[in-house]
Amino acid sequence: MKILLMGNPNVGKSVVFSRLTGVQVTSSNYAGTTVGYTKGKLKLGSKEAELIDVPGTYSLESTSPAEEVAHKMFQEENPELLVIVTDATNLERNLFLTLQLLEKKLPSLVVLNMWDCAQRRGVHLDWIKLSEEIGVPVIPLTAVTGEGLKCLTQTMEDAIQKPESFRSPVPVMTDEKRWACIGRIISRTQKIEHHHPTLLEKLEKASVHPVYGLIIAILVIYLTLQVVVGMGEFLIEYLFDPLYYNYYGPFITQLVSGFAPSGIINEILIGNGYEYSTSFGLLTTGVYVEFAVVLPYILSFYLILGILEDLGYLPRLAVLIDSLMHKLGLHGFSIIPIILGLGCNFPAVLSTRILEGRREKFIATALIAISVPCMAQTAVIIGLLGPYGLNYIAVVYGTLIAIFISMGLLLNRLMPGESPEIFVEIPPYRVPHLKTLLQKTWNRVKGFMIEAVPFVFLGLLAINILYLVGVMEYLTWILSPVLSTLLGLPSDAIGALIMGFLRKDLATAMLAPLNLTAQQLTVSSTFLAVSFPCIATFAVLVKELGVKDLLKVLIIMVLVALLAGSLLNLMWSVI
Amino acid sequence: MITINQLENGETGIINEIRGGKVFIKRLEFLNLRKGKQVLKISSAPFKGPVVLEVEGCQIALGQGMASKIMVEPA
Repeated sequence: MKILLMGNPNVGKSVVFSRLTGVQVTSSNYAGTTVGYTKGKLKLGSKEAELIDVPGTYSLESTSPAEEVAHKMFQEENPELLVIVTDATNLERNLFLTLQLLEKKLPSLVVLNMWDCAQRRGVHLDWIKLSEEIGVPVIPLTAVTGEGLKCLTQTMEDAIQKPESFRSPVPVMTDEKRWACIGRIISRTQKIEHHHPTLLEKLEKASVHPVYGLIIAILVIYLTLQVVVGMGEFLIEYLFDPLYYNYYGPFITQLVSGFAPSGIINEILIGNGYEYSTSFGLLTTGVYVEFAVVLPYILSFYLILGILEDLGYLPRLAVLIDSLMHKLGLHGFSIIPIILGLGCNFPAVLSTRILEGRREKFIATALIAISVPCMAQTAVIIGLLGPYGLNYIAVVYGTLIAIFISMGLLLNRLMPGESPEIFVEIPPYRVPHLKTLLQKTWNRVKGFMIEAVPFVFLGLLAINILYLVGVMEYLTWILSPVLSTLLGLPSDAIGALIMGFLRKDLATAMLAPLNLTAQQLTVSSTFLAVSFPCIATFAVLVKELGVKDLLKVLIIMVLVALLAGSLLNLMWSVI
Repeated sequence: MITINQLENGETGIINEIRGGKVFIKRLEFLNLRKGKQVLKISSAPFKGPVVLEVEGCQIALGQGMASKIMVEPA
C-alpha cells in the first residue's frame, strides 16, 4: 500500500509527513527544503501503509530539475492513494497542480493546510463547497499544531477501504481551460476580507526594501553572530566545563584506572589525564572536544538557524544579495547552502541540489568545501585563538572571506556559461512554532553527534596507533621540509594537518599542546579550514559531484590552502 | 504598456503580455503570473537585484531580465 504526499513547494508537506508517520524530517519555511524523498510507515486502521514525502512541484510538467524528481516519482511509484497538500492562504495557485493530479483519476483527497493562517489573514474558504466542486473530500488542517489531523487519518482510512468513491469526476483539461475552471471554483468558494497589514506583513515588505532591507540584513547577521557565539560560550562556561572537570573527568579516570592502571590501554583511553584538555585520550580529549567545545556551538547555531528558517527570513536575504552572488557565478538562493555550511558542510553539499544548473552547483560546492568553515571547526578556532585576542580570529575569517570572493570571481570568469536568474516564491513570515523548532534543533544536533562522535574516536585511535608504530614520524619526515618552509610550522604540527582529513575539529584541537605562537596557530587554522574536506564531506562530495569534478575541486583546494598559508606566513614575517 | 521593472515600488499593474519562449511563459504561469492578473510591485533589490512582486497575496522574486519580459498596464 503506497500513499504519495504531493503539493506545491513550501505548503508544509514535510510537517504533515512528520505528523502522520512520526518520522522526523527537516522542514523549513522556504521552497525546496525537501530535495530527496523520505519514506515512512503509518497505520491506517488494521492496514499498514507506506507514505512518501515527494518534493514540492508547481505542476506536472518539469520546468526545473527539482520538479523532475517529483514527476518521475509520480509516474514510477504507482500510488494507491494521493494526499494532495495545499496552502489554504494561496488556494488559487495550488489548485492548478491539484486539478492536474485529480485528472489522473487516482483515489485522492485534498488537505487545506495552514488553515489557522488563512483565518488570521481573512481568507474565508467554504471547504464543503470546494469538496463538491472537485468531487473528493477536502480536509482543513493546521499541521504544526495537529488540528484536523484526526479527521485526515480517518478520511485516509475510508479512502483505502472505498477507493472508488475517492476518484474525482473532473475531466482532463488544457492549461487554459484549467485556469478558467479554477477561476470559477475560486469565485464560488473563497472570500477575502480586507484587513489592515499586520506587523509581520509590514516587516515582510521592509525586509526586501533596498534601504531598510539592507539595514535589517546587517542587524540580523550581527545579532546571529552575537547570539550564537554568546550562547556557545555561556553553555561551555556554566554547563559543559563544570560537568567535565568536576564530574566526568575524575569519574572516567577512576573507572579506567580500575582495570588498566597504566600501560598502552590507559595511555590510549586517558592520555596525560583529564585535567589537560589536550591529553589526547579517547575518553578524555575525545569527549571534551566533541561535547564541551563543539556541541555548545552546534546547539546554539542550529537553534538560531532554525528560527531564521521557520520565520522565512532566508529567501529574503537571498533576494537582497542576489546581484552580489551573480558576480561570484551563483545566484541569491545559493546563500542557503552556504549558511548551512557554516553549521556542517555535509548537509550543505546535499542542499546544493536546490540550485538549478551544473555550473552553479559546482561553484557553490567548491566554495563551500574550500572556504566555508563548519561550526565544529569554528568552535575550536574560537577556543584556540580566543585567548590571543579577536584580531587573530579576524585574520582567519578575513582570509576565508577573501578566498571565497576571489575564487567565486575567478570561477565565474573561467567557467563557460552564466548563472540563471533567481525565480522563487518568497514565503510569508510565520512565527516559529516552538515545539517544531526544538524538535528540529534536536534532530540536527543528534545527527551531528551520530556523524561526528565515531570519527572523533576513530581519529584519536588512529593518531595514537600511528604514533605508537612510528608512521607519524615517517610522514613528518617527508612532509616537514615543504610545510615548514612554506607555512613556517614546526614538524610536530604535521600530524594535526594530516588528521584534518578525518575531523577538522579534532585536527585543530591537536594544535593546542604544541606551544605554537599565535601567528603559527593562525596559519595552521586557516590551512586546515581550506585544505582537504573531512571524511564525511568527502563522501558526499563524491556522490554529488562525481569523481572528475571532485578531483578538480581537490586540486584547487590544495593549491589555495598552500597559497593562503604561505602568504599569511610571509605576511607575519614581513610585519 | 510598460515592463514591470518600470513600475514604481508599491504600484500595481495588470499583466498584459509575457514575452518569451513557451517554457518561460509556463514557468511564470504555474506561479500564477499570467495574463489578466493584477500584480503589485513590492520592491527591487539594490544593485539591479531581483524584483519582488505580489500576486494574489503570494510574493515572488524574479531577476531583472525575467521581469523586463512582463508587460503590464499600470492600474
